[in-house]
Amino acid sequence: MRDFDYFRPATISDAVAAAAEPGSAYLAGGTNLLDLMKGGITSPERIVDISRLPELNRIETLDDGGLRIGALVRNADLAHDPAFAKAYPAVAEALLSGASAQLRNAATVGGNLLQRTRCSYFYDTASACNRRQPGSGCSALGGENRLHAILGWSDACIATHPSDFCVPLVALDAVVEIEGKEGRRHVTLEEFHRLPGDTPQRETVLQPGELIVAVRLPAQAASFASHARYLKVRERTSYAFAVVSAAAALVVDRGKIRGARLALGGVAAKPWRARSAEAVLLGADADEASFVRAADAALADASPSGDNAFKIELARRIVVRALTSALAGTPAVMPALPASPFSSLPGVRHDA
Amino acid sequence: MTTLPLSLTVNGHHHELEVDTRVTLLDLLRERLELTGTKKGCDRGQCGACTVLVDGKRINSCLALAVSHDGAEVLTIEGVAHGEELHPVQAAFIAHDGFQCGFCTPGQIMSTLGLIAEGQAGDDPERIREGLSGNICRCAAYGGIVEAVLEAQQQLARTDRRTAA
Repeated sequence: MRDFDYFRPATISDAVAAAAEPGSAYLAGGTNLLDLMKGGITSPERIVDISRLPELNRIETLDDGGLRIGALVRNADLAHDPAFAKAYPAVAEALLSGASAQLRNAATVGGNLLQRTRCSYFYDTASACNRRQPGSGCSALGGENRLHAILGWSDACIATHPSDFCVPLVALDAVVEIEGKEGRRHVTLEEFHRLPGDTPQRETVLQPGELIVAVRLPAQAASFASHARYLKVRERTSYAFAVVSAAAALVVDRGKIRGARLALGGVAAKPWRARSAEAVLLGADADEASFVRAADAALADASPSGDNAFKIELARRIVVRALTSALAGTPAVMPALPASPFSSLPGVRHDA
Repeated sequence: MTTLPLSLTVNGHHHELEVDTRVTLLDLLRERLELTGTKKGCDRGQCGACTVLVDGKRINSCLALAVSHDGAEVLTIEGVAHGEELHPVQAAFIAHDGFQCGFCTPGQIMSTLGLIAEGQAGDDPERIREGLSGNICRCAAYGGIVEAVLEAQQQLARTDRRTAA
């Protein structure tokens, strides 16, 4: 690992000032950054350790009924916060379906948003990767790519964003609070991550030195609490990234869908909000036929980026399954295997 | 090489150190403090062999920068037993053959201590398997590990009740 300077700021403004120097990287939980530094994928000259900034560690209810989650709240602490899990059950389930207990104890809210893709060519410095080294090409195209993107990819990059947490968050209209030299600004999570286009190295809208200080959920996000689910297909049932995942949330009144949210994970370089599917669902009968139409709409623009055409049909099925599960009602207790489609739940057909 | 002062309490012993900023908590424990019970498996947060408790919570010490944990209290496998008397989790791993080669065992035991303290798994074997999925066992002693965790948990709960009474 390359030698680096280490700086531990006492305030957010000190942190932002320090990180404005080129070659700087913020350190919070470190679970992704240290891995990247050990592999030589990232080699910062200066580490700005924000892990002790006290004001970033809080979960606060806002006057307008929304929620503000500090960027340094640990994944495990958020998922096990009883009030949070009750109001946003699909978010808690997504958090608990990600990584391992050890990693969830260290990993933070802000770091989860900024984690890098798990594309193996991105991690292998002997391979071509436009995301790691712009202009070098993409070894994943024509390589081992059965887990790569089916939506929003380009010839420059077919990698996916690995977060589970971001999938229900983007469905629930989460907003990212960002501090920079010019002050504070808010960006919706839907706009926060960028699609690769010709510049896959630009993964988010963050400017150099900008810091995520919080993630906000609007008051309306809690209105889905009784009908919300996150489901995730993995190659093993625990401690694996999503092949495909879906967050579904409904408001149902006398058999009609009055509110619908849907997002997909593991399919694109960003958490994928399926707005066209939501439009299909709104006002429709809450039944399987509507869910199938919604799934078709969600995947209408999908195309394989390699040996991954199976993910399109898999995504359709997991959308139907997540919506069916959301309609049946949020489970009263956290499933033993969070987000697993292999847990038996009332109201969900096994072939859905 | 950039070095910084670091103060750390490990298994109840206080240390004042000067460390390279690049050193992980895992390497500090093994190479500087000669506490080699904590194992280096993958060194990438994938296998769990390096699990320790930091301020009471289980983490992968291979992904923890030592200087970032200035002032922390660390518990490693060397600090779990009381002298010659094994901790109930250690005794249960022996009683239930919760290992074969033993390389992953310190991490499994530290992770089990974290799991029991978190109180999320109860006596559900499926929740225990899920809660320990961050610890890989190449010998596949998983059956014995789950039995060991169940027994240790019950024994600790009995001890708690006696202490409370």
